[in-house]
Amino acid sequence: MTTKPPPAAIHVEGLQKSFQALHVLRGVDLDVPPGSIVALLGSNGAGKTTVIRILSTLLAADGGTATVAGYDVATQPADVRRSISLTGQFAAVDEVLTGRENLVLVARLRHVGSPGTVADDLLRRFSLTEAGGRRVSTWSGGMRRRLDLAMSLIGDPPVVFLDEPTTGLDPQARVEVWAAVQQLASAGTTVLLTTQHLEEAEHLADRIAILHEGRILVDGTLAELKALLPPAQVEYVEKQPTLEDVFLALTQEHA
Amino acid sequence: MSTHFAADTTVLLGRSMRHVTRSLDTIITTAVMPIAFLLLFVYVFGGAISAGPGRYVDYLLPGILLITVATGVSYTAFRLFLDLQSGIFERFQSMPIARSSVLWAHVLTSVLANAISLVLVLLAALLMGFRSGAGVLAWLAVGGILLVFTLALTWMAVVPGLTAKSVDGASAFSYPLVFLPFVSSAFVPTASMLGPVRAFAEHQPVTSIVDTIRRLFAEQPVGGDIWVALAWCVGALVVAYLLAMATYRRKAA
Repeated sequence: MTTKPPPAAIHVEGLQKSFQALHVLRGVDLDVPPGSIVALLGSNGAGKTTVIRILSTLLAADGGTATVAGYDVATQPADVRRSISLTGQFAAVDEVLTGRENLVLVARLRHVGSPGTVADDLLRRFSLTEAGGRRVSTWSGGMRRRLDLAMSLIGDPPVVFLDEPTTGLDPQARVEVWAAVQQLASAGTTVLLTTQHLEEAEHLADRIAILHEGRILVDGTLAELKALLPPAQVEYVEKQPTLEDVFLALTQEHA
Repeated sequence: MSTHFAADTTVLLGRSMRHVTRSLDTIITTAVMPIAFLLLFVYVFGGAISAGPGRYVDYLLPGILLITVATGVSYTAFRLFLDLQSGIFERFQSMPIARSSVLWAHVLTSVLANAISLVLVLLAALLMGFRSGAGVLAWLAVGGILLVFTLALTWMAVVPGLTAKSVDGASAFSYPLVFLPFVSSAFVPTASMLGPVRAFAEHQPVTSIVDTIRRLFAEQPVGGDIWVALAWCVGALVVAYLLAMATYRRKAA
């Protein structure tokens, strides 16, 4: 097999960043193949958000190179911004506007044709049609997150950054966001997401990169990462449902 | 990118004007304090103030208009601060839009919102007996001075809006601006003040702006005052704009 790997949608090499004395990124290397979901896993303060901010042209790196969709983040920021969408740690939606107005706003700023139709389609796709005419300040956290994601999809950017997309969400809302992310990737969008929930990475990502002490410690598929540890021992244990299984089963029954 | 500047600014202006029209209290509170000052000084202190012949409300109004703008611009800092805090500022920054349009939209919103507040204060003054025989040109001149003054103060407000750590910090900068008119010819003639205070009052920007607007309303020749007033306003505008842009560039990396 000599198939050449396709050019990476995101290519990061030797990325460095310090905040005063704090050396956050000490040479990060990362490749994200097009159309895949890669999870950047790390504890609080590991620098996940810093990586995302550099890749989305919000922050300049001190050293190293990074390209997104083939464009250099330092020298071609405008081209990068045309190719990406960023969903930050907090749902960056306008609370004074209605959900539909938020979508129309982004659609007009992205200069897409017929912003109204785009907004209505996205409201339907994220099951927000009913709430679409209400001000976002009255919405639940899960609905805001879905709106936030929907706003990120306008203009079909080939690369989407999701910075801790499910932080602060209840289990149902998290499952909804996961479904939306999977739908995105199946349509060919490259997704780089950060998370501190191991389970989220396990559930969503094609590849997982662990960021620790300013470097990528390991980078591979879940199976590859599991193979790093000694082979599994076979033990017989009683399968207890987790609290999450119980919670989801009970609440979905009554939904 | 710059081809989108006008279109993007218009879209974002529409957005922040919605913020204004959906929380009309920001316009009303902007107008309430200056109107309270009008009432207080015309009906309580006014009788004891000798500001020359003519109605005291006519004497007072120009300074009150400046106080209105100084109060109003703090909402620009406030709205900008909230945009940064909510993350929507970063969302805009990561989008393929003309970057400076994010700031310009807030500045133009300030101009429109302040214009509405100024009209409210003017209506209150008319009810209290303010009259002016000024012609169209004089009114245009007053509008022009207030416009440049508003732009200067708004660009000043952008700096705390971008750098503040709290909502209070974002709007606190306007307090000195609100009180500057008290040590000027806005409420009483400077001739009645003590030496050093008088020297300060006669050489600070508010006095020249107030005197110019007062003469325009009273159909008197404005003399050299208008050039001093304009020099202060335009100078402050240029400095504030450069400072705001430098802060913005540092913020937006």
